[in-house]
Amino acid sequence: MRASEALPMATSEPRGSLKGSLPLGERAIEALLMGCALLTILTTAGILGVLAIETFHFLREVSLAQLLFDSEWTPLFADKHFGIWPLLSGTLLTSLVAIGVALPFGLLAAIFLSELANDRARRTLKPALELLAGIPTIVYGYFALVVITPALQNLIPGLSGFNALSPGIVMGIMIIPMIASLSEDALYAVPNSLREGAYALGASKLPTIFRIVLPSAASGIAAAVILAVSRAIGETMVVAIAAGQQPRLTLDPRVPIQTMTTYIVQVSMGDTPTGTLEYRTIFVVGTLLFLITFLMNVGSYRLARRFRRDT
Amino acid sequence: MSLARQNKRQGERIFWLVSLFAIALPLVILGWLLVDVLSDAVQRLSWQFITSYPSRKPENAGILPALVGSIYLIGLTASIALPIGVGAAIFLEEYGRHSRLAGVIEVNIANLAGVPSIIYGLLGLGVFVRALGMGRSLIAGAATMALLVLPMIIMVTREALRTVPMSLREACYGLGSTRWQSIWQVVLPSAFPGILTGAILAISRAIGETAPLVVVGALTYVTFVPDGIDAPFTVLPIQIFNWVSRPQHGFVVNSAAAITVLVCTMLVLNGIAIYLRNRLQQRKAT
Amino acid sequence: MASGGSNGKPPKIAAVGLKARFGSNEVVRGVDMQISERTVTAIIGPSGCGKSTLLRTLNRMHELINGATVDGEVLLDGENVYAHEVDPVLLRRRVGMVFQKPNPFPSMSIRQNVLAGLSLTGRAVRAEADAVVEKALKQAALWEEVKDRLDAPGIGLSGGQQQRLCIARALAVEPEVLLMDEPCSALDPIATARIEDLIHVLKERYTIVIVTHNMQQAARVSEHTAFMLHGDLVEFAATNKLFTQPSDRRTEDYITGKFG
Repeated sequence: MRASEALPMATSEPRGSLKGSLPLGERAIEALLMGCALLTILTTAGILGVLAIETFHFLREVSLAQLLFDSEWTPLFADKHFGIWPLLSGTLLTSLVAIGVALPFGLLAAIFLSELANDRARRTLKPALELLAGIPTIVYGYFALVVITPALQNLIPGLSGFNALSPGIVMGIMIIPMIASLSEDALYAVPNSLREGAYALGASKLPTIFRIVLPSAASGIAAAVILAVSRAIGETMVVAIAAGQQPRLTLDPRVPIQTMTTYIVQVSMGDTPTGTLEYRTIFVVGTLLFLITFLMNVGSYRLARRFRRDT
Repeated sequence: MSLARQNKRQGERIFWLVSLFAIALPLVILGWLLVDVLSDAVQRLSWQFITSYPSRKPENAGILPALVGSIYLIGLTASIALPIGVGAAIFLEEYGRHSRLAGVIEVNIANLAGVPSIIYGLLGLGVFVRALGMGRSLIAGAATMALLVLPMIIMVTREALRTVPMSLREACYGLGSTRWQSIWQVVLPSAFPGILTGAILAISRAIGETAPLVVVGALTYVTFVPDGIDAPFTVLPIQIFNWVSRPQHGFVVNSAAAITVLVCTMLVLNGIAIYLRNRLQQRKAT
Repeated sequence: MASGGSNGKPPKIAAVGLKARFGSNEVVRGVDMQISERTVTAIIGPSGCGKSTLLRTLNRMHELINGATVDGEVLLDGENVYAHEVDPVLLRRRVGMVFQKPNPFPSMSIRQNVLAGLSLTGRAVRAEADAVVEKALKQAALWEEVKDRLDAPGIGLSGGQQQRLCIARALAVEPEVLLMDEPCSALDPIATARIEDLIHVLKERYTIVIVTHNMQQAARVSEHTAFMLHGDLVEFAATNKLFTQPSDRRTEDYITGKFG
């Protein structure tokens, strides 16, 4: 008996060929998944589209010059003014107060965590700081109106019930973790050889931190700050609750003002019929808000990238 | 020249204290504020509070429609956002890596994560409420919120997928499986704990969101529980917003109580997420 | 255990029973060494023998690493630098260091880099700053190349120039001892040669200890050489003696290239 007859055949049919393209099911699934991913592009397109269309309709009735050169914002009154500066100044004022609080605290926290703290301190304090960012903004708004404003009114006699100072401070507390965390990353990225070089010259810790490490991390920290300001500019509920609804071109933090975001909330909650000029104003303000935050985000990203490249 | 220590590095000690204070002060303020809320809320928290409808009298007003609305909304949002988000993440991590399309999508997602949430509200208003005719309904709110949380879901899912070692995928391919088979049967189950944790955390953040829903038209005075996805609705944060804006002290107390419910819900969700992650990771390890 | 110190004068800097650890891992295992003033001493040995760690114990830089400890004594002019009341910061102003990879401060100009040792330690010398800068840069043989662009950023120079800038920075503080940790290993041969010439000039004013993995370099620049192996100081002798008639078998194996 020959060997080939002794061995039983595994199958009596020929095996499948190696040729053939991807089965239809696989292709369909891949297309479906790609569609999910493309939805994010649709989102951006949707945002841009909605903002552009309504702003376009708005600009057919109200000129760009009115937006730029009028100093009052009263689209809901009988005597309509469409100058955007009061809303811009309200946003600017609250954001400046916020950064005024968040920057020193956030930067000191970053320096502490990166250069001074031991491992155990870092492990407990970092998550604790992140807690500040986890509280919903509506809760911060409550704090600003119900707790902080009355407390500040004892200290500052002229402070009105709605003002820019109280929500600004509260927003500042809210964004401290953002500045602390991103700045700490920037400090961490500074090569240790620079610190060693300073120590070897007989420098102690403080001069090394302030004159070598911080300047080397400067652009990374700047990127963090820009991002935090962008966050403050886009914040809605804290200012909606505590800052007031009076558009006013001022830099006085003790009086009621209105921010871009608060205005959008005010109109949305009212009875403005859709399709009218007043309705369109919220999209115009939204466009401005989007442009400002977009530019700042891009600027921050570019700065961060340059920092990473140089380090 | 002597080497003996001089003035004991006082400057360093002072700075150490100052920067520790810089971390501690915001935390202390936060603690103070939370205690303040709790002390106001305690008097009002009760079963009656949770099961009542809003009313013109603060003592009678409750959060039932808002609470139910929040739950419905979050459930609907999750069922829209999770499949799409996980699908998009799978595409970016497993199929489209290093392609130009994936690069563009990634940049786009990073951008979207930085857009203020109220802009999403405007998007929802223009597209879902008006153009698609959904009106100021639960589904319009859910669709808007789904778009809002999508970037975060995609990011955490991608992180989770990255923790799955390449060797697992290669083992599947070596056995002759297709890409989707390897994903569905091996990669996804392996990444599941991370995806679940991330999803719960994203949902927990969404519960506290207010601004986009205000624009999309969640009502502020609702005396009924939504009865369908096309029904008008309200959510807990908006109820808080409504009460905080009223002058009567009774409503401020109500908002404190509602805040307590909200924060507790978020804590519970976060706790569940962390617990699940630990349990599931333990099981993976055995 | 070898020791050294040759010309009868008290040593400028000496190690006595020096041990250094990373956690529980002992990398320098009891070294006694005496280095005379205004000499160049080279420390050679295979990778991981502890030579860099030994160098860093001399200016108390080793202990800056998490979990690193030191036992024993280091005497600078007879005074133990590890005594409890000694401030390491003050020590490092008398014992300077140049590192393997040049590390000029990127946020500072050439001028500011040279003055950094003084400005960082609160000893800004506004009036004579220019003179200090010129003197240090001349000592580092860099003056002619940068005198017209002192305000340019320090990192804009070539590798060899950056290292000479770091040397100038170290010298501006007027230390007594200069520690050099493989200062040429990141540089090309021409830059290396310039720094070796520099060392010949510097030794008239400073006591120099140089760690190098390049035996030919040790032979060229130093008067005394220490050979280390696995944390022990195997042999310490005049350079030409160590390289031509080593007393220890291990030294001979190393310099003839039998290992490491």
